[in-house]
Amino acid sequence: MTILAILIPVTLCMGVIGLAAFFWSLRSGQYEDLAGDAERILFDANDTPLKSVKRGRVDTPKETTP
Amino acid sequence: MASVVTAALGLLDSGQIRAAVRMTADGRGRFVLSLPGIRCGGCVASIEQALNDRDDVAAARVNLTLRQVSVTLVAADSDPVPIIDALGRLGYTAAPADTADAADAPDDRIGRGLLRAIAVAGFGAANIMLLSVGVWAGAEGQTRETFHIISALIAVPVVAYAGQPFFGSAINALRAGRMNMDVPIAVAVVLALTLSLFETLQGGAHVFFDAAVTLLFFLLAGRYLDHLMRMRARSAVAGLARLSPRGAMVQQADGTSAYVGLECVTPGTVLSIATAERVPVDVRIVEGHTDIDRSLVTGESLPVPAGPGDTLEAGTLNLTGLIAAEALRSADDSFLAQMMRMQQGAEAGRSHYVRIADRAARLYAPVVHVLALATFVAWIVATRGDWQTSAFVAISVLIITCPCALGLAVPVAHVVAAGRLMRLGILMKDGSALERLAEIDRVVFDKTGTLTTQSPRVMGGGGTVSDRAAARALALQSTHPAARAIAAHLTEMAAAVQDVTELPGFGIEGTVDGRRIRLGRADWVGEIAAVAPGTPGPIFAIAGGDVILFDLAETLRPASHTAVADLQAAGLGVSMLSGDAADRAWRVAGDLGIHDVRPGATPADKIAVLDDMRREGHRCLMVGDGLNDAAALATAHVSMAPSSASDAGRTAADFVFLRDGLDSVPAALHVARATASIVRQNFALAVGYNCIAIPLAMAGLVTPLIAALAMSGSSILVIGNALRLNRSGAARPVAWRQASMEQVPV
Repeated sequence: MTILAILIPVTLCMGVIGLAAFFWSLRSGQYEDLAGDAERILFDANDTPLKSVKRGRVDTPKETTP
Repeated sequence: MASVVTAALGLLDSGQIRAAVRMTADGRGRFVLSLPGIRCGGCVASIEQALNDRDDVAAARVNLTLRQVSVTLVAADSDPVPIIDALGRLGYTAAPADTADAADAPDDRIGRGLLRAIAVAGFGAANIMLLSVGVWAGAEGQTRETFHIISALIAVPVVAYAGQPFFGSAINALRAGRMNMDVPIAVAVVLALTLSLFETLQGGAHVFFDAAVTLLFFLLAGRYLDHLMRMRARSAVAGLARLSPRGAMVQQADGTSAYVGLECVTPGTVLSIATAERVPVDVRIVEGHTDIDRSLVTGESLPVPAGPGDTLEAGTLNLTGLIAAEALRSADDSFLAQMMRMQQGAEAGRSHYVRIADRAARLYAPVVHVLALATFVAWIVATRGDWQTSAFVAISVLIITCPCALGLAVPVAHVVAAGRLMRLGILMKDGSALERLAEIDRVVFDKTGTLTTQSPRVMGGGGTVSDRAAARALALQSTHPAARAIAAHLTEMAAAVQDVTELPGFGIEGTVDGRRIRLGRADWVGEIAAVAPGTPGPIFAIAGGDVILFDLAETLRPASHTAVADLQAAGLGVSMLSGDAADRAWRVAGDLGIHDVRPGATPADKIAVLDDMRREGHRCLMVGDGLNDAAALATAHVSMAPSSASDAGRTAADFVFLRDGLDSVPAALHVARATASIVRQNFALAVGYNCIAIPLAMAGLVTPLIAALAMSGSSILVIGNALRLNRSGAARPVAWRQASMEQVPV
């Protein structure tokens, strides 16, 4: 049963990392437009990461189509 | 057709659109447009590319979920109207999104706080459950105690963080001497936690850490969904206030004119009102002819001619000619000020409805506490003073009755219904609107803009090619909506006309090949050619020669026949409440099979009619669009407006339908009724669950394992039942696609 002394902290750590990741994604506005995001992965345009994130709404850098 | 629509609405809309632009922190302008036509990723790409290629746009981003585009302008004062025109050329009709919603969305602190609490509770619930499974599987002695201690270490901070929404609300309620659903929740969670800590320290077998945290998780999920459906504070008064000019040009005794603030305008002052200006106070025209857009009063977008002696209401729009007019009342007593007061009154009366979940909560909280107390007393008596066992059983009653399923029963159904309405092109402002819509027994329609489309359509014509070419040339010179409609209707190349002059209130004239031509009112055109006096609709004539009669037809909204028939088939009374003249109202009503028609209704009349219906025991759905309908929309039991409606109309309405077809009304009713029946089933499921669980808990038979299974089971059952809303009636045929444009002559 001593294995539990390692496994339980490991479980909790993984949970906390997941929780932190969720908090971060929530703050950076990643749940604003789920339907749109599903479509955006199919766009051909040169995609760059979003430049600035302000209060949940997102500004896109101008995209250029090849 | 589309160009006619924008032309007819052009003057009114541009002001509203400009008002929607907000200044951002870095000095740019930002506004949010609603684009009901977006359907797929292709639309997103083409819109973003088109807008981002423009020089006046700093950034544009489409939100496919909300069907909105958020546009950041390079400068705060650049004109947003060309952007809407550009979208129109791409084939998307755009309207400013409700400013209240747009301002709300990014700043939803409560919603984000709840989401974080859900995440924390979920984390706690998952880990504690993992340890609990070990205990249920038969962990004994040292291992079990270790597991309990770890569970306690997780549960205490998780409850302290994730329970805040409930604790705060419960404390507030108790302070105010009220009872709400959060009081039993907070009591149950805190007692469960305390009892479990006590048991852990004693090395006891049963702890409820898992139940306490899982409970919070489910309740928070329900609370979050409920938050999404809550009514946002909204008021259409601001939309009306925007129509009031700040001041007026006053003609002074010495013949000069000066701009003064509105509060300085007293009865008797003579004002000069230029074209495209709103009438600042109620006035009587002293000099000049013009056409007036009285849509604020009547809902009609077609201008009416006005001349000396006519009175104009404050807030109406002077379209074509400069006029001098004498103020009749001060700004505080004007028609517009009265409308704003009516709007405030109507909105204040709207908050009386008590949602079904709140009604259930009022019943529920005392029952649960009495049951728990009774259990405690009974066990004390039965066990002759073993207060520890008695407290354990009483707390397990509180835990098992904690309203997981009850808390989820309504919000889940409403969220699923809102999603389905969204796919049907109907936006819902508030969950309680869905409850109210399911209760209606009467539908009241406005005419213009609701049963019919805003813009007139030209029929008839005739005449030779050269006559038609001359008529079109004249029509092109005017901004009058009827002239624009005629110009759009005629396909000939415009002839060359000279000496074009427009006589506001009468028509437009010019010369072609040396002959005078006129287009306008029958009696005026009759001065140069043989025209039967009193002919309705605009007439074109060449001096002493040919005459073309144009017939302006109101275009019915697509699917309005089927919509009215559907509603009548569903057993609802259908009425029409129009600001328009009796003959035109009856003609549309007769065509649609509506028998209860009240024409010529002012905004105050509309409120009075709706109040009367309420007193007779009817619950009305009001469907309207105009500025004149805003107060009526707020007065009715529940209301709907098309997305083409005025800003004030859209704000006042509970539902906004984005598609052109009027069949959105029966479709929304169908969803509302299906939702109401799902909500009733969910309540039955929750009550049924309690009927089984409470006796078990009172008998002391509930172990943590049973509590966890029962709570999760009932919650999942309720969610699963609500999801059926997505399937029921999904195969309904889409009638509006087949319906053609139908017309009624004016």
